[in-house]
Amino acid sequence: MSAVAAAPRVVYERPAVLTDVSTRYCPGCGHGVVHRLLAEVIDELGVAGRTIAVAPVGCSVFAYEYLSLDWCEAPHGRAPAVATGIRRVRPDAFVLTYQGDGDLAAIGTGEIVHAAARGELITTIFVNNGIYGMTGGQMAPTTLLGQKTTSSPTGREASLAGYPVPMTEMLAVLPGVAFAGRGSVADPSAIGKTKAMIRKACEAQLRGEGFAIVEVLSNCPVGWGMTAPESIRHLKEVVVGTYPLGVLVDRTGGKRNAGAPHPAPSARATRSGATAQEG
Amino acid sequence: MIAHPGGSRRVLMKGNEAIAEAAIQAGCDAYFGYPITPQAELLEWMARRMPEEGRAFIQAESELGAINMGLGAAATGARVLVSSSSPGISLMAEGMSYMAGSEVPIVLINVMRGGPGLGSIQPSQSDYFQAVKGHGHGDYRVPVFAPSSIGEAMELIATAFEVAERYRTPVMLLADGILGQAMEPVDLRFRRPERIEAAWALTGADGRPPRVVRSLHLVPEDLEEHNLHLQEKFRAVAEHEVRWAGEQLEDAELVIVAYGTAARVARTAIARARADGLKVGLFRPISLWPFPSALLAALAERVRGMLVVELSAGQMVEDVRLAVEGRVPIAFDGRTGGMVPSPDEVVEALRELDTTGLAARRSRRARRRQPGPVSGPEHTHERTPLAASESGHEALSIFGDDAWMPLWYTSPVPSRRGGKR
Repeated sequence: MSAVAAAPRVVYERPAVLTDVSTRYCPGCGHGVVHRLLAEVIDELGVAGRTIAVAPVGCSVFAYEYLSLDWCEAPHGRAPAVATGIRRVRPDAFVLTYQGDGDLAAIGTGEIVHAAARGELITTIFVNNGIYGMTGGQMAPTTLLGQKTTSSPTGREASLAGYPVPMTEMLAVLPGVAFAGRGSVADPSAIGKTKAMIRKACEAQLRGEGFAIVEVLSNCPVGWGMTAPESIRHLKEVVVGTYPLGVLVDRTGGKRNAGAPHPAPSARATRSGATAQEG
Repeated sequence: MIAHPGGSRRVLMKGNEAIAEAAIQAGCDAYFGYPITPQAELLEWMARRMPEEGRAFIQAESELGAINMGLGAAATGARVLVSSSSPGISLMAEGMSYMAGSEVPIVLINVMRGGPGLGSIQPSQSDYFQAVKGHGHGDYRVPVFAPSSIGEAMELIATAFEVAERYRTPVMLLADGILGQAMEPVDLRFRRPERIEAAWALTGADGRPPRVVRSLHLVPEDLEEHNLHLQEKFRAVAEHEVRWAGEQLEDAELVIVAYGTAARVARTAIARARADGLKVGLFRPISLWPFPSALLAALAERVRGMLVVELSAGQMVEDVRLAVEGRVPIAFDGRTGGMVPSPDEVVEALRELDTTGLAARRSRRARRRQPGPVSGPEHTHERTPLAASESGHEALSIFGDDAWMPLWYTSPVPSRRGGKR
């Protein structure tokens, strides 16, 4: 008994691709947790050496400083198009986009919808904190009704600014989407479930099953005008009311296209058409 | 379709399709586009041919999508072509700025149509400013090559890939609706530039430190240093990549400066003017940036005046004036909105320059004129003088009698028949 107890066992360590630097994120921000989850999954899948990730414009613009991977910067909102270009000439690469809600749900709606519709073999991590954090806390398409921001100072009113956009639900209806789910960084249980979804979304790409997205509800204490604990409580009690957690669609593992062969990529280019996801 | 280029040396091809095939033969790995007149046939040709070659083709959801797919593919070191026409190029301006900033080589074709706004679908050269003065934001330049014939466009597409990769920069091929839509007999001469090792390209950080392709430099000192590096590169491009062609400049007293389709019109006008006794030559910039300013300045020392002809309200004329710096009078003749100046109209403008514009300065300038050839840097292409056309006045085509003849080729370019490696 004592011999077993004495054997050291690593229970927690820094993922290999997570760089050993302090992030520039505000205290209490959820981005760091999401970075770590992604880093753990990349390590577990052993794909770091062939990963080409696409960084957005927004708070996570410096993601390339925190995850030790090849990164391509994209203009605001265009990450799915950039990732598509990478994917089509690099069939062996593991291609990720990491996007915020201003990037994905506002300026980049065209790019994300059509990358998903084409069933591009890319995995998108969509961090939704309901606000434009980097530019000072303006209203986003994902901002909750009634939520005060610097550009909705009296609270978001549907008559003036419309309703929160459920991007991931909208994408989930597209046949090209192999997996779509929504997690959160609100507590350890939610974080564990979020990691499982990220892993599933990455595996969907590796198996050639189609486009995959995990929306991660995150907090923005500074932008929301709250302390970090308040923002976490708000995330758990209020935000999930508009954005319910869970798997939205799962067409992986033969639940669709069972046995459909994926067209073999040529030397420099992969699928030549846009029909590859149709089994 | 070019099944066996060795069989027939000259084929009749539409400009858009010939350019597309030339890009494929030049080793283009990926093409991204969006339908827009008058370049849609380029997209259509690629839609059929790229999959045949096992290469990437996507009809994007927008020009924003297309240029950013291009960014992603090119960031991995692939040879990438994107094409559009004027309104679509405006949408691609953002991507061009990012690629200039992050030093991603790509070739973008603009088959210009009339503007502003939705404008028309007829040929135009009204995007000169946009092309040579920068498309998007920031301090940057992009090499711009302007073919004057379909055959020349086919050669320049290979040159464009070469220059893009040599300097790690976007390169623009500036054509117009006539070059895109017209059919001309073309030599099936293709060139596939050698590939340069891209030690910066994103391939996955397996066994090496990670690479980042980015234009963001948040610290001012860093961004200034990056900008100084870019400016250094632009100076190198300006020094080495000037291209131009001249015709009948040896005895010319007047010079028409024109590029692209306007140069074709000018050439017919010159034949007619010479038949009427006016000694006119053609100076045709092929690289619009870098602009052949030094050559034009030298030419201005020995001619009496210059007429700039454009399919615009007058854009390149500003660069001509900057180059000539008041040495000789500069006149302008242009049509807009999809209209093309007729050769007779150009001859009329030449006469006006000759009589009214130059009257005051003629005797003084004539005394000072120094005959002698214009000397230029390497990479220039001066065409040997052509005999003036005898049938120029009867020509039906706006191209006059030379509709079949590529303007550029002065001597056989080393060709690889069939274009395969």
